[in-house]
Amino acid sequence: MNFPILSFLILLPFIGALFIFFTRSNKENNITVKYVALFTSLVNFFLSIYLWVLFDQSTSEFQFVEDRIWIEGFINYKVGVDGISILFIILTTFITPLCIISVNNSIKNRIGEFLIAVLIMESFMIGVFCSLDLVVFYLFFEAGLIPMFLIIGIWGGARRVYSAFKFFLFTLLGSVLMLVAIISIYWISGTTDFVKLYELGIDSKYQNLLWLAFFSSFAVKTPMWPVHTWLPDAHVEAPTAGSVLLAAILLKMAGYGFIRFSLGLFPIASEVFTPLVYTLSVIAIIFTSLIALMQDDMKKLIAYSSVAHMGFVTLGIFTIQQQGLEGSILQMISHGLVAAALFLCVGVVYDRMHSRLINTYGGIVNIIPKYSVLFMLFTLAALGLPGTSGFVGEFLILMGAFKDNFLVAVIASLGVIIGAAYMLWLYKRVVFGKLVNSDLKQMVDLNKSELFILSCLALPILFFGFYPEPLINTIEVSISDLIKIYNINLINN
Amino acid sequence: MINLELVFPEIFLSLSIMFLLILGVFKKDSSNLIQKISLIVLLITSVITLNETLGIKETFLFNESVIIDYLSSFMKIITLLAAFLVLVISSNYLKTFKIFKIEYPILILSSVLGMMVMISSNDLIVFYMGLELQSLALYVLATFNRDQLKSSEAGLKYFVLSALSSGLLLYGCSLIYGFTGSTNFNIIAEQLNSNEYAITFGIVFILVGIAFKISAVPFHMWAPDVYEGSPTSVTLFFSIVPKIAALTVFIRFLYVPFLNLIDQWQMILIFLSIASMLFGAIAAIGQTNLKRLIAYSSIGHIGYTLAGLATGSNDGIQSSVIYITIYIFMNLGLFSCLLMMKRNNKYFEDIEDLSGLSKNHPLLSLSLLVILFSLAGIPPLAGFFAKFYIFKSVLEQSMYFLAIVGLLSTVIAAFYYLRIIKIMYFDKEKDKYDTDHSLWLKFSLTFSTILILMYFIFPSQLIKVISKINII
Repeated sequence: MNFPILSFLILLPFIGALFIFFTRSNKENNITVKYVALFTSLVNFFLSIYLWVLFDQSTSEFQFVEDRIWIEGFINYKVGVDGISILFIILTTFITPLCIISVNNSIKNRIGEFLIAVLIMESFMIGVFCSLDLVVFYLFFEAGLIPMFLIIGIWGGARRVYSAFKFFLFTLLGSVLMLVAIISIYWISGTTDFVKLYELGIDSKYQNLLWLAFFSSFAVKTPMWPVHTWLPDAHVEAPTAGSVLLAAILLKMAGYGFIRFSLGLFPIASEVFTPLVYTLSVIAIIFTSLIALMQDDMKKLIAYSSVAHMGFVTLGIFTIQQQGLEGSILQMISHGLVAAALFLCVGVVYDRMHSRLINTYGGIVNIIPKYSVLFMLFTLAALGLPGTSGFVGEFLILMGAFKDNFLVAVIASLGVIIGAAYMLWLYKRVVFGKLVNSDLKQMVDLNKSELFILSCLALPILFFGFYPEPLINTIEVSISDLIKIYNINLINN
Repeated sequence: MINLELVFPEIFLSLSIMFLLILGVFKKDSSNLIQKISLIVLLITSVITLNETLGIKETFLFNESVIIDYLSSFMKIITLLAAFLVLVISSNYLKTFKIFKIEYPILILSSVLGMMVMISSNDLIVFYMGLELQSLALYVLATFNRDQLKSSEAGLKYFVLSALSSGLLLYGCSLIYGFTGSTNFNIIAEQLNSNEYAITFGIVFILVGIAFKISAVPFHMWAPDVYEGSPTSVTLFFSIVPKIAALTVFIRFLYVPFLNLIDQWQMILIFLSIASMLFGAIAAIGQTNLKRLIAYSSIGHIGYTLAGLATGSNDGIQSSVIYITIYIFMNLGLFSCLLMMKRNNKYFEDIEDLSGLSKNHPLLSLSLLVILFSLAGIPPLAGFFAKFYIFKSVLEQSMYFLAIVGLLSTVIAAFYYLRIIKIMYFDKEKDKYDTDHSLWLKFSLTFSTILILMYFIFPSQLIKVISKINII
């Protein structure tokens, strides 16, 4: 029995949170609390990098598998990673420390409790990505609602109550149908261990309904048009760190779920419903991009752009082509970094001016030059400029889409143009032009911690933009085997 | 030869009640002493039950009118322990209202005795006797704070409506007796002729009677008023202890004599379950008083328990028992919080009084947060597993409609639980509450919170215990 590295990854943030809980927090102790949280999340990050080093890229088998009896004769606690999930785990452990550092600037009260919520969130998210049992997956997937609800509700903006409730109830409503489907799968196939389910396959007469039940959950979480409306609200009202977690990782759980479950378990139904997903994705890309053009709130604009980007992801997943799927995963990783960076950028100016409205700003390029440079980099990454990670993902997705369906690919490509329009227009209005507001002169440029966080995000964005090889190598075998199994199941049934 | 050892718990309890009554009459100011003795009596009784009856095979006593099996022993122990915890945490509340009298523990003991008789009953007459013994004690308990108008009103309402339901129940019993010639469950099962419509009528009437006792919709009308009017400690008792006994009778009644008529009663149970789940969730949204809200929430939870019973399978029964067991702990924690909301000898019970609790009392509000999320059925808390088992057994029987309605009503119910959390965590704080709570109150809150929080680590243990229940 090897060292249970995955369980350790899940447990460590919990232990950190417990530690913070028992540290009586008064004014002086806030520093200690922050260091504890930072230390925990950094250890977790290095541990996950170590996991990546140990990871064997030449096989699509699940690795580091732990299998323990949990509910006797029913559910096993089973975790493991393959090429698809390991990247998401690293993304999670990478984003969390940055969130914790950013707390310095944005959160003023109840810091200890905030850090506890963030760490517990991290635990649950890692759990989502490495669980190999449907019930365990569901458990982590749903449990994440609790800390996120509190993060939005306690530390959020003016309409935080409305947003928190909307977020919670929308996602819960989607997920309960998935629970019905999971239990039904247990009664149909006799197990909820999806490694076994991949082999067994699920009876084709149930697949359509089960697919729809899973879809209802993932579509809300992705979010796909028309159930995306919770996302702008949640993003706008959440504190910066909350938005970052939400955009960077929470949304990825759904994309991951689509690949793992919708494609893996229900190939026949996936084939049936591909037109539905295409339609919704294309609508999401075009429609929400147009909405994003008209926003006057920066966070809302980025939130809508997230919906559009996730539209690309779902499009890529359901092309069921090697390129499309690889592109989706790269796009998710890239969007995780870029959206996090953009929300942090908005957070930076918000902390100084306490306004998220675009027309408050203008002409700040001379006042805060460092910020402007980094913000530009992230803007360009968001619109998918070659040389940034955003390009690789979008390009691969569109390539896959062209192979599968020409019309859809053409329309989606139009979305890229609108995407460029709203991002550049946003940048122009905020950074260039005349100084609209004399208060802006008092703005100070990035402080050390902000500069550090943003550079940490800028580095991988550029690195993987020029050299996406390490990512692609990791996922390649898993993806091609997934497609192989998919096609075999399709023929067999 | 009748084996009296098996009913020794009941005999011991009744003798203790008589002894305590006499003690209370002859010794002045003995309420403290009697409270303590009652607690010990409850503990001893549960230990006897554990020792004498838990391990044994199904046994019938007194012409098969009393049954001792695993289900009855388990439910008795749960009842006794729940009653113990209720009694132990209610003393401070009673003292504040100056109703800390000798009658209180004795009434609780006698209603527990009634419940034990109910749980063991294998005969309509025995069942009715137990039911009336517990109900009579409960009427008095509801009016225990007799100087308050609301409390007297609650007791009277409960009495009138409960008498009505007992009447219906008796009518049902008489119909069944008339058409099978016996009141004994085993003989009824043998004599059953499913072509007789009168028997179906009889079942329906009895079901109405029991549904009233566990406040399932549409026989729930008394619950919100009685819950609100009764003293909080009595509400706590109402909301958990009688439900265990009524549920056991429900199981026994449906699955022993009338299992073959499942087609007749399954629809009724599904209706009761769906109506309770939905109504409990929707009606609770508009409430401002916490006790009323808990009343509606308990109606909803009873709906889930009934969903397990409606399946007609052993799995379903077990999941219902798991549900009620977890529910007891959640409610115990919830009421412990309610009993802690005290300032200057005044108890607060409006939802608004929780405003900003998280700033003044972080630990208390954290516990309440855990309990509320668990009641809403959010993983990884115990409440999720309770619902999970229910839906697992419901889906085993392919009752998709019931499962989907049930899960949708959890979403609706989540709304009002979230509203309480919102008030606790997102709103402005008010004055602080007292913190000089009794040790037992703190204990029961911590105990139930930790149990709810940590349940997911060892979920097999409870199932192992409950999976020995075998009715069919």
